[in-house]
Amino acid sequence: MTTLQYLTQQGINAISIGSLYALMAIGLAMVFGILRLINFAHGDLIMVGSYGALLLLVLGTPFWVAALGGIVASTIAGLLMERVAYRPIRGAPDVSMLLTSFAVTILLENVAILVFSPTPRAFPAPSFLNSTFRFGQLQISKIDVVAIIVAVILLVLLTLFVTRTKLGISMRAASEDLLAARLMGINVNGVIATAFALGSMMAGVVGLLWSARVGKVDPLMGFYPVLKAFVASVIGGLGSLPGAVLGGFLLGFLEILLQGLLPSSLAPFRDAFVFVALIILLLFRPNGIMGSAEREKI
Amino acid sequence: MLTLEDVNVYYGQVHALKGVTIEVKEGELVALLGANGAGKSTTLMTVSGILRPHSGHIHYEGRDLTRSSPYDIVQFGIGHCPEGRHIFGSLTVRENLLMGAVQRKDQAEVLSDMEWVCSLFPVLAERIRQSGATLSGGEQQMLAIGRALMGRPRLLLMDEPSLGLAPVIVQLIFRVIKQLHQQGVTILLVEQNARQALQVANLCYLMETGRVVMSGPVEALRTNPEVERIYLGGSAA
Repeated sequence: MTTLQYLTQQGINAISIGSLYALMAIGLAMVFGILRLINFAHGDLIMVGSYGALLLLVLGTPFWVAALGGIVASTIAGLLMERVAYRPIRGAPDVSMLLTSFAVTILLENVAILVFSPTPRAFPAPSFLNSTFRFGQLQISKIDVVAIIVAVILLVLLTLFVTRTKLGISMRAASEDLLAARLMGINVNGVIATAFALGSMMAGVVGLLWSARVGKVDPLMGFYPVLKAFVASVIGGLGSLPGAVLGGFLLGFLEILLQGLLPSSLAPFRDAFVFVALIILLLFRPNGIMGSAEREKI
Repeated sequence: MLTLEDVNVYYGQVHALKGVTIEVKEGELVALLGANGAGKSTTLMTVSGILRPHSGHIHYEGRDLTRSSPYDIVQFGIGHCPEGRHIFGSLTVRENLLMGAVQRKDQAEVLSDMEWVCSLFPVLAERIRQSGATLSGGEQQMLAIGRALMGRPRLLLMDEPSLGLAPVIVQLIFRVIKQLHQQGVTILLVEQNARQALQVANLCYLMETGRVVMSGPVEALRTNPEVERIYLGGSAA
C-alpha cells in the first residue's frame, strides 16, 4: 500500500469517527447552551436507541424500520428525560443539575441491565454495511462512508434549522441570553424540549452507526461516546454548536493520528495522550477554541 | 391599563418591593424615578412575570397577571426593553428584530414593522446583517428598543434606555420615546436621568428602597423643591 493510500484510509477513518463524536457533541452543546447542564445521560440515549432497534430486528422487521424505531426510541427517551428529571429542577444550581444527570445515567443503565442482562448482544447490522469498497489496495468500509454521509446531511439540516427557522433562531437566542429570550416571549419550554429532541435524535443515529460498527450492544455502551463527546465539546467550546462539530472532528483526527504514531507498547494509553493534548489546549484557550469568555447563568 | 396593587417582592430574604402601588392609564407616559436599588427594575421584572410577587396584585386590561408566565404577558401586549440592553450578540440585527416578533404569525406585517423600526433608527438598516455584538453601545440600545417594538406592544416597559450613552444618542432616544408616545403606545419608563424623563412624561412615581414615596403629574414634581434637590441636581444645571 502506498503512503497516499494509507493516509486516505486513515483520513476517512478519522472523519467517520469524528462525525460520530460531532453528532454526539452537538446534543450536549444544545442542552448546555440553554440550561448550563452537562447532560451525562446523553450517552445512554445511544443505548436506548440501539436496544430499541435491536428489539425490532429480533421481531423480524426490516432494518430500516428498526433503525427508524431506534431513533424514535432515543428521541422519546430524551424528551422524557427533560420532562421528568430536568424540568422540575430548572433554576437549581448547576451542580444539582449535573448530579441529576448522573442519577439519570445510573437509573437508565441499571434498568437496561435488569431488562436486557449485562451480557453484550450481537447487533445484526445488514451485511452491506460490513463490507468494504476496494480501490486497488485501498479498502474503505461502507459503514464509514455511511456515517460520513449521514453526518453531513444532519449537519446541513441542523445549520438550516438554526439559521432559517424561527424556532432555530429562538434556540440560539435562548442559549445566548435566557432572560432576554423570556422577555421577548420566546417559548422557553418549547425551545428546551426541541433541543433535547434534536440532540436525542442524533444520539439515536449515532447509536445505530456505533452498534453497526462494533457489532454489539450492551447496557453501558453509552459511557465512552458521551465522554468523547464531552471532550469534543470542551475542545470546541462548551455550548457552541460550530465548536462542537469542530471539536468532534479534531478529536477524531487526534485519535487516529495517535493510533498511527504511537509505538504498540504505548497504544493502550492513547486516551491518556488525548487528555494531555486537551489539558495543553485548555491552558491556552480555557474556553475552548470557539467558546466565548462571558458566559453567565441567569 | 396597568395597575400594581400593594405588590411585595422578595429576593430570597431581601424585601425588594414593599407594597408598591402604581397605575398606568392607557396613552400615558409614566416615569419611574429613583436611585440605584430603589426597586425600579424589580418592578418592571415583576410586571413581565420574571419575578413573582409574594403578595399583592397586578392587573392589566382586566386580567390578573400575578400568576402569568412571561410568555403570556408578551402575548397580552406588554413589551420589555431591559436594562443593559440584553441584545443577542451572536445573532444578526435582523435576527434580533425577528426575535422581538417571535410570537407573531402575521409574517408580512412583521416585515413592514421591521422597515418601520429601521426608519426610526436608520443605522440598524445599515447593520442589518451584522451580528449584534459588533454594534456600538448606542446602536445596541437602538436595537434593544427596536426589538421590543417588533412585538407591537400596547404597553412598553423601558428600563434605563439612556444609561451610559453619549448625549447626542440620549437625545435621539428620547425623541423616539416621545414619538412612540404620540403614536399611542403607553410607556412605563424607568430612568436615572430624571431631567430628561420629566420632560417627556405625563406622570411620575418616585421610588426609594422598595417603596413609592411620591407620585403625581410631572409639572407638580418638577417644581417640588425636594425633587429638584435630589433628582435634578438643584439649580446647578
